[in-house]
Amino acid sequence: MSWELNTDKPVYLQLVDQIQAEIISGNYKPGDKLPSVRDLAAQATVNPNTMQRAMTELERDGLVYTNRTTGRFITSDEDLIKQLKKQYITRIIEEFLDRMKLLGLELDEIISYVNQVAEKK
Amino acid sequence: MSVILDCRSLSKKFGSITALSDVNLSLERGRIIGLLGPNGSGKTTLIKIINGLLVPDQGDIHIAGMEPGIESKKIISFLPERTYLPDWMKVSDAISFFKDFYEDFEEARAYDMLQRLNLDPNKRLKTLSKGTKEKVQLILVMSRRADLYCLDEPIGGVDPAARDYILNTIITNYDEKATVIISTHLIADIESVLDEVIFIKDGRLVLHAPVDDIREKEGKSIDSLFREVFKC
Repeated sequence: MSWELNTDKPVYLQLVDQIQAEIISGNYKPGDKLPSVRDLAAQATVNPNTMQRAMTELERDGLVYTNRTTGRFITSDEDLIKQLKKQYITRIIEEFLDRMKLLGLELDEIISYVNQVAEKK
Repeated sequence: MSVILDCRSLSKKFGSITALSDVNLSLERGRIIGLLGPNGSGKTTLIKIINGLLVPDQGDIHIAGMEPGIESKKIISFLPERTYLPDWMKVSDAISFFKDFYEDFEEARAYDMLQRLNLDPNKRLKTLSKGTKEKVQLILVMSRRADLYCLDEPIGGVDPAARDYILNTIITNYDEKATVIISTHLIADIESVLDEVIFIKDGRLVLHAPVDDIREKEGKSIDSLFREVFKC
């Protein structure tokens, strides 16, 4: 996977976000084994401690789990992934709506714009 | 977490110029730490004191509990800002030299890194460009299994692609018990690999904090914060 990081937000939160996106999009499948923290850190050119912190965060949410002898895996709990997907989509749409509202648009106008653009694609 | 470096009220003057003034600093193992400050702020003076090349006028310094000396040098791997290897040496000679000199030097690791950067071990240092020489020196320094790495301006002369490789070399080669101090002005290039930053200004410590805490609290990158703190 390719990592897009900027430096004005905490890096570990961006890592969490991008791994979540990989899980939702199915690039990481339920039950997949993750590379080691060190390898992931090298891929993303971040500090291994930062990657570790992102993993701890993902573990706390139950999205990944560690098996002491065999490594770290994506959860097999598909309901949890569905739930994450819903949250993730909701968040992106809320951000989008907030920006549109800043431009002074009403909800029905926004929806009609969305439909217009979607048709053209 | 155990402490690798501990400074108490460290001061150093050169004649009437104060290079370091009452620096208190405690660094833990397993971190990558950026030592940041404008030109002439005291970064190199601090690094030289850590390495026993300068003696502080006042205060104490301990590396893994030891005062700077022969024993502390065995566990510190130091990359000075200027090259010190003689020009007539081949890259392979420099490797043998390091192997001879440091018990913790791992030759295989050095050759492996040379190969990955496409550097020919049979070339003489004289024939290498400035950036390539810097890469060779960094490889030598990172091939030691040290407890503390002090890198003074490690990426100044190399191109951006090699910079990424070098940062990768740093993050994949230190182990959990070791700490890396990187002094540089090129903050934007290295800030994603740092755990903590130290800002020094006119010989005084103005900030020492974890980088993600700074981003969370200030909502800006370390680079922007630096520009703000050290605005001319």
